Amino acid sequence: MKINLWGVRGSIPTSGPETAYYGGNTSCIDVWEDGWLLILDGGSGIQKLIINPDLKTKRIDILLTHLHLDHIQGLGFFKALFDPKMEVHIWGPASTTRTLHARLSRYLSPPLFPVLIRDLPCKLTLHDIENSIFNIGPFTIQSAYVIHPGPTVGFRVTGAHSVLAYIPDHEPALGKSAIISDSKWLSGFDLAVGADLLLHDAQYTSKEYQHKMGWGHSSIEDAGRFASIAAVKQVLFWHHDPYRSDAQVNEMLAAFKKDTNYQYTCQPAKEGMQIVLK
Amino acid sequence: MASYEIEIILNRQLADCLSIPVFITDIIGNLIFYNEAAEEILGKRFEDTGEMPVEQWSTDFKPLDEEGLPLPPGELPLVKTLSDALPHHKTFQIESMQQKNQHISVTSYPIIGRTGKMLGAVAIFWKSKKE
Repeated sequence: MKINLWGVRGSIPTSGPETAYYGGNTSCIDVWEDGWLLILDGGSGIQKLIINPDLKTKRIDILLTHLHLDHIQGLGFFKALFDPKMEVHIWGPASTTRTLHARLSRYLSPPLFPVLIRDLPCKLTLHDIENSIFNIGPFTIQSAYVIHPGPTVGFRVTGAHSVLAYIPDHEPALGKSAIISDSKWLSGFDLAVGADLLLHDAQYTSKEYQHKMGWGHSSIEDAGRFASIAAVKQVLFWHHDPYRSDAQVNEMLAAFKKDTNYQYTCQPAKEGMQIVLK
Repeated sequence: MASYEIEIILNRQLADCLSIPVFITDIIGNLIFYNEAAEEILGKRFEDTGEMPVEQWSTDFKPLDEEGLPLPPGELPLVKTLSDALPHHKTFQIESMQQKNQHISVTSYPIIGRTGKMLGAVAIFWKSKKE
């Protein structure tokens, strides 16, 4: 399984030299295996996504964790949606009242965007998902609701030899008890358990989190603890705060590593990074 | 065992913040969480008991009608909620740990998440104004 990171920033794209190293585009990754392509989230990073000519089919699947703007704002600039030869499937969390199509249309329609979903030239299919398991090519995908405002899922992508867990926006510590170490009571645990690689929200320091409780994101300390309980092998900390410079991301990681001694390897996610899981 | 759905987890986190007693059960009535205030009603600590099967915790909880006679389980709001997936409310007596009867009001509601599936039920207790 090969994974390319096209956007790792949280909330809003950033530009400028102070965030150039880790990157300023919002959430988007691609996952390749056996000539099949999955795209997870359609943040601004999707605009730069290059479709490998090894793609076996004319099919692309875009899996959205939720519909906050930083996870969909790049969709209208993704070239495959404008290619009539392409078959594009968009999967996103179901809401109790409106379809995925209706909710995506709020963004992909005037006055926010000039092109309507129904006018996109590709062959487009939308799928409402919830706590689901489905197969796409060589991948088995599990989606499950996780703690974040509004309908939000995380994904567990299982390939032939490896498992990726993707939970970019997640607040498992929400509540008086914070993270409950009993895995039955831990949001997202089933998605992450034993994964070869976990991409997880770590927007805040624990001090910052005290003032951002309920906003749907994690401190790096909580993300670290979550990863430890889930016994993952490797973690990439995700959703860097748009106000945080590269130097501050490094300081945050250094402080985290100084205070903890977890078994997994970890680092901040970096735009442009490629990871191969074997 | 798989994790609980987030609707159950969030109900626990909410209950944990409340000073009124709260029970949370799964769909068959097993008591999967009770908060600190509810520990007084059961005379047990969640930390000590963990989750309790319905047969176990229902014998610790002794509801009585106005005449002080045992209340059939089918009359209890939580049992009704588990059966019909609707909210219920009732005032009745319970025998306290000190063998003294006290009036309590109970409101129960079903936990039905985004998937539309019944996941469990919550009962909230408070001392009735009759006391």
